[in-house]
Amino acid sequence: MKNTIKNYLQKFYIALILLFLYAPIAILMVLSFNESKSRSKWGGFTLKWYIELFQNREIMNALYTTLIIAFLSALIATIIGTAASIGINRMKIVPKTTILSITNIPMLNADIVTAISLMLLFVAMRFTLGFRTVLISHITFNIPYVVLSVMPKLKQLNINTYEAALDLGAKPVYAFYKVVFPEIFPGVLSGFLLSFTMSLDDFVITHFTKGISVDTLSTKIYSEVRKGIKPEMYALSTLMFVAVLILLTLVNYSKNKGKK
Amino acid sequence: MKTRKWLAYPYLVWMVGFIVVPLILIVYYGLTSAGGGITLDNIALISKPINRGALWLSLELSFISTIVCLVLAYPLALILRNLKIKSSSFVVLVFILPMWMNSLLRTLAWQNILENTGILNQILSFFNLPTLSIINTPSAIMIGMVYNFLPFMILPIYNSLVKISDDIVNAAKDLGANNFQTFIRVIWPLSFPGVVSGVIMVFVPSLTTFAISDILGGSKVLLIGNVIEQQFKIVNNWHTGSGLSLVLMVFILISMAILAKYDKNENKAGGQII
Repeated sequence: MKNTIKNYLQKFYIALILLFLYAPIAILMVLSFNESKSRSKWGGFTLKWYIELFQNREIMNALYTTLIIAFLSALIATIIGTAASIGINRMKIVPKTTILSITNIPMLNADIVTAISLMLLFVAMRFTLGFRTVLISHITFNIPYVVLSVMPKLKQLNINTYEAALDLGAKPVYAFYKVVFPEIFPGVLSGFLLSFTMSLDDFVITHFTKGISVDTLSTKIYSEVRKGIKPEMYALSTLMFVAVLILLTLVNYSKNKGKK
Repeated sequence: MKTRKWLAYPYLVWMVGFIVVPLILIVYYGLTSAGGGITLDNIALISKPINRGALWLSLELSFISTIVCLVLAYPLALILRNLKIKSSSFVVLVFILPMWMNSLLRTLAWQNILENTGILNQILSFFNLPTLSIINTPSAIMIGMVYNFLPFMILPIYNSLVKISDDIVNAAKDLGANNFQTFIRVIWPLSFPGVVSGVIMVFVPSLTTFAISDILGGSKVLLIGNVIEQQFKIVNNWHTGSGLSLVLMVFILISMAILAKYDKNENKAGGQII
């Protein structure tokens, strides 16, 4: 008896936290079907925001910029970060720990400080703030996530297999692709995905480094907060959320199936 | 094989150019005046009542939200651990998934909940309870902080708890420890590294946010993040902004140093227990 009550309470607590985390998402989804433009009034069910969304050039532009920056910054960060991890892994202990602690700075430091420091640099170098500066900033804060994901895989790596490949006559590059790369690939992939997510969700660093000509979804939403969010934005975020949900369910499902 | 180091060189150039030099620039701007002379005036501006008030409120709110997050997250992580869910990646997924909806929009949804005629008050008045006016107060900002950063507290604690083997817990019980003693002497010390990273991951972004206070504070409540943002984006006084950022960085460094020290002590204690 005592155990069932305890069990029930525990389930209830989990449900409560999940409600806390997911209630705002449910609200945004409901708002995307709201006929009324007002955030606080229900004006009946409609699908019109989903149609108007695709005709709204500003939002579509912001979406395009967001996705292209997320993809490019994640890709470049993954390449630089993976190469760096392999190099750092070969270094002696002192330079290694020094470099790794500097690498952690953008991850541990406050976003606003990172953002300001980059903005000061771009202005000092006379870079015009725009797409390029946002991309550089995103690569900068993404690299630590790649290094963080790849380093543990490199540490697990058995160096002998690589040397065996060399002894058997493989060229270093060939041996790397055949022996080392498959081993560290899961780390590389999760570094890429983590970077992509971080870039997609970033607001603060983009806000300071974007100048006036470029907008991502985050900065667009921020500029609309005062004058009222366009309902198309709710429709877009609902679509994105559902897309990710479906994608992740499929990945999880196929993984579980593969195990059986 | 030995000379693979060159692979790190492109990154080293990037690291110096985009991490080290920008930080030096903040220090430079923070310690100079617009005329070019070295000065401490920018840093001294923190003692202006409005700035000092903002910093104090930020410290207070981020401290409270960190505690609230810890109190909410630890029991949850413990329950989740004891459920023995087979794929821990599923648990991680459930708590990361909300982040795929834009965080500014999700924070905005809290306006709907907390407004004077919002969802929370409608529920309260349905049950004939007194309504609350939370929106545009520091409490609303605190709720926004807890909401935004709670997953960052849950995940590291959960990760450190699932790593604790049942054998260790059972050994403690076999040796006569009751549940409370097992928790205090075994589970808590072993999960402490997770708690430390959770605390840092909640405290630092809460201390420095300006978007949450903008959205839920209705520009009536100023945090230190808002003050700095305005210096750069509205007032355009980069020297003052950098000076105040330096003060902020000092607080971040102090909190990390304190936690790092605790972490080391606890690790030693943890080593003795096993």
